[in-house]
Amino acid sequence: MTTAAATAPLARRKPPLAVRRRRFLVAVANHSLLIAVAVLFLAPFAFIALTALMSTNQALSSHLWPQPFRWSNFVDVWSKAPLLRWALNTAMYSGLATLGVLVSSIPVAYALSRLRWRGRDAVFLVVLVALMLPPQVSVIPVYVLWAKLHLVGTLWPLIIPSWLGDAFSIFLLRQFFLTIPEEYLDAARVDGCGELRILTTVVLRLAKPAIAAVALFSILYTFNDYFLPLLYVGESPHHWVASIGLSQFRSLHQVQWNLTMAATLLVMAPVIVLFFLAQKAFVEGVTLTGVKG
Amino acid sequence: MADVSFDRATRIYPGTEAPAVDALELEIPDGEFMVLVGPSGSGKTTALRMLAGLEEVDAGAVLIGGRDVTDLPAKERDVAMVFQNYALYPYLSVAANIGFPLKIAHVKKSERERRVREAAELLGLVDYLARKPGQLSGGQRQRVAMGRAIVREPSVFLMDEPLSNLDAKLRVQMRADIAALQDRLGTTTVYVTHDQAEAMTLGDRVAVMKDGRLQQCDEPRVLYERPVNTFVAGFIGSPAMNLCTLPCSNGAVSFGGSRIPVPAGNGEVVVGLRPESLELAGEGLPAEVQVVEELGADAYVFCASALGRLVARTEAKRAPARGERVALRPVAEEAHLFDAGGERVSGIDH
Ligand SMILES: Nc1ncnc2c1ncn2[C@@H]1O[C@H](COP(=O)(O)OP(=O)(O)O)[C@@H](O)[C@H]1O
Ligand SMILES: [Mg+2]
Repeated sequence: MTTAAATAPLARRKPPLAVRRRRFLVAVANHSLLIAVAVLFLAPFAFIALTALMSTNQALSSHLWPQPFRWSNFVDVWSKAPLLRWALNTAMYSGLATLGVLVSSIPVAYALSRLRWRGRDAVFLVVLVALMLPPQVSVIPVYVLWAKLHLVGTLWPLIIPSWLGDAFSIFLLRQFFLTIPEEYLDAARVDGCGELRILTTVVLRLAKPAIAAVALFSILYTFNDYFLPLLYVGESPHHWVASIGLSQFRSLHQVQWNLTMAATLLVMAPVIVLFFLAQKAFVEGVTLTGVKG
Repeated sequence: MADVSFDRATRIYPGTEAPAVDALELEIPDGEFMVLVGPSGSGKTTALRMLAGLEEVDAGAVLIGGRDVTDLPAKERDVAMVFQNYALYPYLSVAANIGFPLKIAHVKKSERERRVREAAELLGLVDYLARKPGQLSGGQRQRVAMGRAIVREPSVFLMDEPLSNLDAKLRVQMRADIAALQDRLGTTTVYVTHDQAEAMTLGDRVAVMKDGRLQQCDEPRVLYERPVNTFVAGFIGSPAMNLCTLPCSNGAVSFGGSRIPVPAGNGEVVVGLRPESLELAGEGLPAEVQVVEELGADAYVFCASALGRLVARTEAKRAPARGERVALRPVAEEAHLFDAGGERVSGIDH
């Protein structure tokens, strides 16, 4: 938009040959390295995808390329296993737990970062301790608790704790809230907002990237979680989530690697899609915080 | 619209010993433009935040419109504040930023739009209503912040160094705009700045603060002509007043051979001379010119002398060269006199 660009085109000087050649070689080196790393990461995916398209016999052979491509594998798995049931259970676990983490952790993080009250530092210390405690330490007493409440065998022991705050999320959100300039909150206070109003109108918007990160972590964690679902719903197939289901599927259809891989791909698909969407949200978050006050 | 008063209001930050604001006494009548000025760390911002309800009052009281608001939260005080960094919400458009307080107050949408437009017209922001703050220049952002303050028609405006993020030229222009706006709206305004020139041009009255204590509060002219102590004398005016500690004998001090009468007492006094009260003369205090600052018609001559560094004002065309030896003569009847403790010695008036 400068006037110079609008008028006469500038006669651009070409860099000398030696400089151009060096730049070219550096570019080649960079790209080679990146391609090598990308191949390293993508190889397992490619292997899964290719196997998922083979026939059962071919999957047991040493062939790498499906011949012919059996797209029907993706249809067959639905009848071999209650994939939909598992997906719904996972969605329920993931969705409700993530919602719970956000609803319970955001106000706590706000109180720990932006409100002044007696004992705040002590409470934050408790959060830090909880953060450092490995979950396996408390698993037995907690199991006993849920057993007494007759909730073992349902997904509730997985979901309810999320609604009671999550140490990691509280910590992460608190650190981000601390970076929000005080003036934004003060301006809102003077303009008539109470603390709850400030939290819901101002802080939530300014902390969008951090909240997105917390939600993403929670979704991925619950999606991948194997230990706790196995503990609480391992005995009741009706409540199996995808991670449990998939491992059971593998032991049931041991020799049908093509179907196992097809099921794996279907289960992975939502996470991969989410990653692409979240990537955009993260970039947006960075530009948002980059705005000069 | 309302008057404001600080009644021995004190703020001691937790974990600190000295009060950031120490028993501040200030009466601001309805409609006045009051400027708090002082060096950095003198407690201006703290005082303003106490008035806004953003900082606790540890002792004393704050009153707005005769009502004791000491323990009211900010949202119930009906004040609007402009922050140094403007605090515009980056995710809201200019229109939404200006309309934010109205939205919080549940003003109807049509009414809200009308008032936002009115404020935008007043501030020349109509063409930018759809933009985000990130797409505005510093001066425009400053005006959006002003818009957010005036749209609510609050009883008091509070401004904390609203111009300090602007370049010098824009600052002077916005200064005039703010003065005109306040004049037009007639809303009581408390304005904080560290820039004495800004304070002197804007304020109906100016309160000078130092280390949390109010030094003097009066009209700009009075601050200039009758500073109550050496701090105010040195802070107000640019270049600063020359302050020299001299022994006093027989009811007078001798300044480079000139006699300046002192009404009472012996011992030491501090003689204050504005640059315009110190002349380059044929004879007087010998001094060597170090720097000459030319400002169009006038020039300030900074000299080294037996009494320390002194500044004199002279006509530019008669300004000496650097390194030249000159003689300085005070205009005795324009001298300010302070006792050894820095307080103005009563009895001398102009
Ligand atoms: N939140 C705070 N906690 C402790 N001390 C503070 C705080 N804010 C300001 N102070 C201190 O109070 C004094 C006055 O500060 P401030 O009102 O910001 O001064 P000014 O605005 O005049 O520069 C300073 O000495 C400063 O260090
Ligand atoms: Mg300040």
